[in-house]
Amino acid sequence: MFKYFEPNKIFSITSKAPKYVLFLFIVILSIGLTEALILSPEDYKQSHSVRIMYVHVPAAWISLGIFSAITFLSIVGYIFKIRNFFLIAKSLASSGLVFNIIALVTGSIWGKPTWGTWWAWDARITSMLILALFYIMYLVAWRIFEDSDKAFKVTSIITILGIINVPIIKYSVDWWNTLHQPASINILSKSSIHISMLFPLITMTAAFALFSLLIFLMKYNTELIKIKNRGLDRL
Amino acid sequence: MIESLFFMNGYGLYVWSAFSFTLVSFLTLFLIIKVQYNKERNKFIAKFGSLNSERAAFAKSQKINKEILSNTSII
Repeated sequence: MFKYFEPNKIFSITSKAPKYVLFLFIVILSIGLTEALILSPEDYKQSHSVRIMYVHVPAAWISLGIFSAITFLSIVGYIFKIRNFFLIAKSLASSGLVFNIIALVTGSIWGKPTWGTWWAWDARITSMLILALFYIMYLVAWRIFEDSDKAFKVTSIITILGIINVPIIKYSVDWWNTLHQPASINILSKSSIHISMLFPLITMTAAFALFSLLIFLMKYNTELIKIKNRGLDRL
Repeated sequence: MIESLFFMNGYGLYVWSAFSFTLVSFLTLFLIIKVQYNKERNKFIAKFGSLNSERAAFAKSQKINKEILSNTSII
């Protein structure tokens, strides 16, 4: 099955896909922004500041999702010795870090009118900051060791250590008394968020997911060309 | 209508700065990756051009190399 993921086979798709993904991203983002900024209602408690949720929450979700994907790819890649999985993981990391930073900064902006402070060493915020540090360590490790076997080992260790933090982020609001409210959206039980707010939230999440796909494709193509450049040197 | 969209009951500054930061971050990341892609692709084309005809023919026999040379732009 893994042979279908070989770079030589998928480059024809990954090199053509970005323009279509970009188009779709612009369309979905336009719908999402219209919903988030104009059509969705203000909150009875937080008033218009609740609109920050439409960038803050999707950014946090995608940042967590990308880190989980990177960990999975690194572990499977290391066990089955699939170099391409490391390449995919490496290409995902930059957008994961940017989404993490967006979640932290927009959370801070949201914190000021809601809690009266830009920053608090609350369990959720602190664990998100730790995730950003793991993203930075992961990217720095690639810079230091480049595409060597040592890079595969070091980056895998970083992701395995970092993934311990992911359930802590998710359940921090239940385990500790934090400034954050408990989750409003539950897959297994009834969500407490109203549909008028859920729709823009899902649309913005879809737009952000498309953006991370776009960045991933562009970065993956760049990494493949980098490898091919080294191949030409050896000719 | 426009005024309420900008001021949002006094929360406009917070809301607009959060959305602006997000969009500026997107644009910055997109441009950085695009510059990196163009740099690597131009390097590839330059290296390919410096190969002799035999090596160039061998390199061109690989599908992926042909794809890199034929794609004028990523977007």
